[in-house]
Amino acid sequence: MNDYDMMVDAYKEAGGEDVFAESDVAHLVLERDKVLGAHKVEGLEVDAKKIAEDTVKVKVTIKEGYQIENTVHMCFGVLPKEGRQKIDMEVEVQKDAHVEVKADCVFPNAVKVQHIMDAVINVEQGGSYIYKEHHFHGENGGVEVIAKSEIYVKSHGSLVTKFDLLKGRAGKMDFDYEAHLDEHAKVDMLARISAQDDDVIKIRESAHLNGQYSRGVLDSKIALKDKAEAEIYNELTADAPGAMGHVDCTEIIKDNAVARAIPIVDVRHPEAKVTHEAAIGSVDSTQLQTLMARGLDEEEAAEVIIQGLLND
Amino acid sequence: MSKLLEVKDLNLKIEDTEILKGIDFSLEKGEVFALIGPNGCGKSTLAYTLMGINNYYPDKGELLFKGEKINDLKINERAKKGITLAWQEPARYQGVTVREFLSLGLKSKGEEVTEGKLANALNKVAIRPAQYMDRFVDKSLSGGERKRIELAALILMHPELIILDEPDSGVDVVALNNIADMINYFKDSGSGILLITHSEEMLNYADKAALICDGEIIRQGDTSSISDYFKSYCGPCAKSEECETEVAS
Ligand SMILES: Nc1ncnc2c1ncn2[C@@H]1O[C@H](COP(=O)(O)OP(=O)(O)OP(=O)(O)O)[C@@H](O)[C@H]1O
Ligand SMILES: [Mg+2]
Repeated sequence: MNDYDMMVDAYKEAGGEDVFAESDVAHLVLERDKVLGAHKVEGLEVDAKKIAEDTVKVKVTIKEGYQIENTVHMCFGVLPKEGRQKIDMEVEVQKDAHVEVKADCVFPNAVKVQHIMDAVINVEQGGSYIYKEHHFHGENGGVEVIAKSEIYVKSHGSLVTKFDLLKGRAGKMDFDYEAHLDEHAKVDMLARISAQDDDVIKIRESAHLNGQYSRGVLDSKIALKDKAEAEIYNELTADAPGAMGHVDCTEIIKDNAVARAIPIVDVRHPEAKVTHEAAIGSVDSTQLQTLMARGLDEEEAAEVIIQGLLND
Repeated sequence: MSKLLEVKDLNLKIEDTEILKGIDFSLEKGEVFALIGPNGCGKSTLAYTLMGINNYYPDKGELLFKGEKINDLKINERAKKGITLAWQEPARYQGVTVREFLSLGLKSKGEEVTEGKLANALNKVAIRPAQYMDRFVDKSLSGGERKRIELAALILMHPELIILDEPDSGVDVVALNNIADMINYFKDSGSGILLITHSEEMLNYADKAALICDGEIIRQGDTSSISDYFKSYCGPCAKSEECETEVAS
């Protein structure tokens, strides 16, 4: 089997849809620094090239006014037990363009793998970008992910990011996303992570609601067990009239897991409003007992509640 | 033949306060036993104790289900034997759909889950399956909707003993009729129901009733006499001690 087939297999195993043969679906497949597949559609450019050892530069452009009908599929990963992949990603969603991207990052055999994503995302006026990133890190916990995104959303633009890692080990994850919003721009950043063993999760998300009537939501739901640790740092600043934001961080912990949530809310205009909610604790006892009164044992009941939270 | 449920001299303290004092009553198969009493008299506490909710273990007394002592059984063990409780305020679940929620009771009994069974149960409580099946059982449901969905879950689970803690609070007339239908349905199929309520209307569906006051059952018997007593004396009573003597004097 060649690398491309192995990547696509790993991707499918992690729940990805097999769309790589479809001519009307754009895609990009990268294994370490190898570009295994790249396909564009009208209105969407994808350029990927190796620029250094283990490093690929990717530029995605959605042309002005184009509404890309089919979700663009990206698949990144490292197949061997050891390896490194660094992606320098530049995304430009031009004026009034729209695209939805689904990225699957798979490291099925990882024992010592590093994945670094450095992204700059520009959503121009009226543009809209939906980015769903799904990770599968295998069962060894040998993955380190370092992801950094600098995001600019211009007036009336919108960006939704949804990150999930729900099966297997998380390994070490260090996220740093920073978004700047102009007037009437919108950002939703969602993270759903389940971590175990000695996994360590660090997430820093900030959104700066600089423009009038800009909106920002930072929403993290994390389930931790064993000795896993998570630190979620959410920052929302608002300094324009009508700017509104909400930070929501829920972490459920079991065993010896440790969770920290640091919400920072900074409002500098009387007509701006930011709210935050953080809840860290074990599974709610009334929720648990209600399910137990239906005959589920405690473990099963907790699983239903945690899976629900992560699916929300 | 042994009774479905027997409660003998049940006492329960929370911290150092006696909340339930010498509770005695029993319930037969196919019988609806109503429990009425003012706010804070211990009705929900009794429901929790019967279900085995954490921290609600009797300090004294016996709980017998079909002749078997269940004092030390955990909630899910009691549930597996055929006992369940519908909470006064049912819990909400983020990210759990009505479909998943309803399926749980069937799955835990090892029964096949079919869309038809789920839809049927929802129809019985006047919830339109197509509209609700994929919704989450979270805060977005109204109080009445959430309660109806709880009742649908009970229909699917079909327990032998159902403890309904104020099923009528916060629901509209249509739901009241659904609850009444459901009570009759369970009754006809041989299940017993402990019905905790404040409503006169609901009392009509009961075979027997008891009045609980300050953690004690002060009267039990046929529903109309309990209802009459409750109406005449308990409404204006602000005290909870020696109720009968005070009324008599
Ligand atoms: N965990 C607790 N700690 C302290 N007191 C408690 C606790 N749980 C219940 N109580 C007290 O026990 C008494 C009985 O409460 P319970 O909830 O059983 O009343 P109820 O009859 O169901 O009332 P309502 O009609 O309002 O539902 C109340 O005075 C309540 O404050
Ligand atoms: Mg109550």
